[in-house]
Amino acid sequence: MLAILDYKAGNQTSVLRALRALDVPAEITADPSALLAAEGVIFPGVGAAGQAMHQLLSTGMDKVLRDIVAMRKPLLGICLGCQILLEHSEENDTDALGILPGTCWRFDPEWRDGDDPIRIPHMGWNTLTIRRSSELLEGIDPDSRFYFVHSYYTMPASELVIATSCYGREFTAVYGRPGLWAVQFHPEKSGRPGLRLLTNFYRFCREGARV
Amino acid sequence: MSERSHLSKRLIPCLDVRNGRLTKGIRFKGNVDIGDPVETARRYYEEGADEIVFYDITASCEARGIFLDVVERVASNIFIPFSVGGGISSVEDMRAVLLAGAEKVSVNSAAVKDPYLISRGADAFGSQAVVVGMDVKSVPVSAACPSGYEVVIHGGRIPMGLDAIAWSRRCEKLGAGELCVNSIDADGTRDGYELRLTRMICDAVTIPVIASGGAGAPEHLVDAVTKGGASAALVASIVHYGQYSIADLKACMEKAGVPVRKV
Repeated sequence: MLAILDYKAGNQTSVLRALRALDVPAEITADPSALLAAEGVIFPGVGAAGQAMHQLLSTGMDKVLRDIVAMRKPLLGICLGCQILLEHSEENDTDALGILPGTCWRFDPEWRDGDDPIRIPHMGWNTLTIRRSSELLEGIDPDSRFYFVHSYYTMPASELVIATSCYGREFTAVYGRPGLWAVQFHPEKSGRPGLRLLTNFYRFCREGARV
Repeated sequence: MSERSHLSKRLIPCLDVRNGRLTKGIRFKGNVDIGDPVETARRYYEEGADEIVFYDITASCEARGIFLDVVERVASNIFIPFSVGGGISSVEDMRAVLLAGAEKVSVNSAAVKDPYLISRGADAFGSQAVVVGMDVKSVPVSAACPSGYEVVIHGGRIPMGLDAIAWSRRCEKLGAGELCVNSIDADGTRDGYELRLTRMICDAVTIPVIASGGAGAPEHLVDAVTKGGASAALVASIVHYGQYSIADLKACMEKAGVPVRKV
């Protein structure tokens, strides 16, 4: 069973629908005991960093997330969830969770994509450049595109970077370490390769649960 | 010049839904029933649509429930983003379609009448969830419409005396995450998108722009995203009647050097 963290800032139902289509048992929950009992946890998020952190702090979910990581339970942060695992976000000048080292910055409207100024948000399907092999990306065609929609990008510690993408300049698309991953794009909305990524995460969780 | 990203241009089929069935009108008249929206959405998803747009063109109270049911069934069957428009006039309407599983809501007439609907939606759900649809008609240049393009509402029936370029900038300031620019003059003609209008709006704003209205051949899509500068092109009858598949259109775009996502 996977648990999808419910903190009123997100696309939890989209993630749940994608997992159901994959026959992965999952539930959306804000119950700490259910989160701690799950084989793995998905930490989604849409919206602004300030508001999301406020929600996490006021519900005590920040502490639950830290416990999940301390227990080495697999965790997958998606989009905003990927951004606020780091220490700080330029969005609303927010002190974030600080579970992994790094910061989050706004795309600079002065940057150019070829000859044209970039449009913000970075919205649409973009490719990855794999920097480090990961169980999470197993079996995914390296030319696959994933669906991004974000105005801020992460800069985690360089040893955590798994894959990058390019928009104005190179930015981090996937980072983490085995069992603690963050993806900037929306795997639940990225067609077949996105569904494969979710399957990979679940498989990792199942293998961990058996050990 | 910096390194060019691999961000692809999006191809977005638009499904008009009336009482839970799919229709497509020609110049907003003479709609005909052409199928089940959930099955069609699933087919377009499999064929490689990058996103799907649904418009509830009845939007009466009784049809609303049927439509939300369609949205929920679509959300369980396709794993790409999709947006929903038609009859959305409050934050509560937006919440209902987002909870039913849509990523984005598209507001049109209601935003012209109440522009702060855009900011209320962006505050509640984030800019990325708010698309402003603009129906635009070519008019003689005047003090009120210096661009020669006027915003119209209710499917083109009511001119608003509102300049399309000024309106696009205002939408961006109010927090729209994306604009869908539909040319009433080109819609349903299959003669190609209104490229001059598309280019003017793209140059006026920094958010992504979707070109809409007039697609009849693959080169029209190429023009919309190159000459027009759009991030995405909306298609309807060109794919609904089986003239081209999504894959055919993408193959033509790729041949013309446009980055596209393949499945």
